[in-house]
Amino acid sequence: MHSLASTPFLIRCSIYLFSLWVLVSWPQGVDANAAADSVDTVVKSGHSEESAEFDASKVILHHIADAHDWHLYDHRDEAGHVHPVSIPLPVILWCGGQWHFMMSSAFEHGHAQPQSGALTFRLDEHGHIQEASGLPVMDLSITKNVASMLLSIVLLLIIFISAARSYARSNNRMPSGLARFLEPIILFIRDDIARPNIGEKRYAQYMPYLLTAFFFIWINNLLGLLPTGANLTGNIAVSLVLAVFTLLITNFSGNKHYWSHIFLPHVPKWLYPIMIPVEVVGIFSKPIALTIRLFANITAGHIIILSLISLIFIFKTLAMAPVSIAFVLFMECLEILVAALQAYVFTLLSALFIGLATAEPEHGVHDAH
Amino acid sequence: MDLVTPQLGLLVWPALSFLLLLVVLRKFAWKPILESVNERDAQIRQALDAANEAKMAMVRLQADNDKLMAEARAERDLMLAEAKKTRDHIVSEAKAKAEVEGKRLLDLARQDIANDRKAAMTEVRNLVANLSVDVAEKLLRKELEKSDAQQTYLRQQLDQLQIPVR
Repeated sequence: MHSLASTPFLIRCSIYLFSLWVLVSWPQGVDANAAADSVDTVVKSGHSEESAEFDASKVILHHIADAHDWHLYDHRDEAGHVHPVSIPLPVILWCGGQWHFMMSSAFEHGHAQPQSGALTFRLDEHGHIQEASGLPVMDLSITKNVASMLLSIVLLLIIFISAARSYARSNNRMPSGLARFLEPIILFIRDDIARPNIGEKRYAQYMPYLLTAFFFIWINNLLGLLPTGANLTGNIAVSLVLAVFTLLITNFSGNKHYWSHIFLPHVPKWLYPIMIPVEVVGIFSKPIALTIRLFANITAGHIIILSLISLIFIFKTLAMAPVSIAFVLFMECLEILVAALQAYVFTLLSALFIGLATAEPEHGVHDAH
Repeated sequence: MDLVTPQLGLLVWPALSFLLLLVVLRKFAWKPILESVNERDAQIRQALDAANEAKMAMVRLQADNDKLMAEARAERDLMLAEAKKTRDHIVSEAKAKAEVEGKRLLDLARQDIANDRKAAMTEVRNLVANLSVDVAEKLLRKELEKSDAQQTYLRQQLDQLQIPVR
C-alpha cells in the first residue's frame, strides 16, 4: 500500500475538497439509523407531506429533473417529521439589476424564503426560483447537474492528464496504467470514427473535439447511473449545448462544396425555393437529432429504472423488491452499455457531419455531369 | 414540459465548462497522447521496415551464397573432370610409351637372342667340324699306321670313288 502522500496532487486536493464540502454541509442531528428507514420515508412522504399516496410519475420526474441541492436521502426525526438530507449548492441569481449569491440550504427545501438585498426569493412547486414580487430571475446556479458536471470535468482532467503524463514517463512511448486502458478507446475513435468519416487529410484537427465529446458524454452517462447521481446527459439543455458545438464546428469548417450544396443544389432552378429551405432546415435538423437522441436515450433509461423501483412502492409490498431489483439490475447493465453506445453514436454522427461538410467533391461524379 | 425546457444555467455552465475542458484537454492530454501514439507508430513502422530490409538482405545474401556455392561446385566438378582427363591422358600416354618401349626391348632381346643363337650355332658348328676333323684325323692316323690298312683304305676309297680304271 502506498501512502496518500504519493497520490497525485490533484487527486488529493479533490478528495480533501469533497470531504470538506460534505462535512460542512452535513445537516445537524442526522443519526446512523436514518438511512435504514429512508425507504419507508419515501413511501410516507411521496414528496408531498399531506397525502401518503405515492405518485410515481411525480417522483420519477423529480429524480430526472435538475435541483438546486444534491439530495441524498430523507430522514425522519423522533416527532415523525421528514427532513430531506442533501448537499447544499451555490445559488447564483441575476435579478433586479444585480447579482445575488446564497446557498441552496437557505431555501430549506422550499420552506423558507431567503432575502438578498431588497428582494425575496422562493421556490415554486417545480423547484424553480422566483422573485416574490414577480421580477424576472436569471438563474445561473450551480445546480446538481452543474455540480455533477464539474465533478466529471475534474475526473476527466485527472484521468487524461495523468494518462498523458504516463506516455512522457515511458522512454519508448508505451502507455502504462490507466493509459493502457484508454489508448484502445482513443485509437478506436481515431481509426474507426474520425479517419473513415472525416478523411485522412483533415481528421487530426477534429480529434480533440471528438475525444472530449466522447469521454465527456460517457463519463457523465456513467455518473448518472450511480445512486443519487445527476441526470446530466439526459438533460435537454446539456445535450443541446453539445449538439450546438457540433453544429458550430460543422458549419465553421464547411467548405465551398458544402455551402454550394445548400445554396446551389444540383436541381433545376425552379426547385430552388423548395430545395434551399429544405437544405437550411437540414443544417439544424442534424444537431436537433443529436440533442433529442442523447437526451431521450439517457432519460428513458433513468425513467425505466425509476419505474421499476417505483413498483415496490406502488404494490406496497416487499415481495415486489426481488422482482424489481432483478429487473433494475438487468436495466443497469443495459444502461452501462447504452452509456458507452450513446457517447459513441454522438461522436460518430458528429464526425459524420463534419466529414460531410469538409469533404472535397468527388471528381468522378462531377465529370459525369 | 419541464423535461424538454432548457434552463439557462444548464446552457451557460456546460457550454463554458465544455469549452474550457476542450481547450485544457487538447493542450495537456490529447496532443501529448496522440503525438506519443503517432511517434510510437512511426517507430514501429521504422522497425518493421528495417526488419523487412534485413530480411531482404538476408535473402539476397542467401541467394549470393547459393550462387557462390553453385559456382564453386561447378568449378570443382570442372577441375575434377580435367584432372581425370589429365590422369587418363597421362596413363594412356604412359601405357603407350611403355608398350612401345617394351616392344623395342623385346625386339632387342629377340635380336640379341637370335644373334647369340646364330653365334652359338656357328661356334657349335665350328666346334663339331673341328672335332670331326680331329676325330677323323685320329682315326685315319690310327688306321693308316699299318701299310696294308693304308692300302686297303686307299682301295676302299678309290672303290668308293668308282674311278673307272681301264
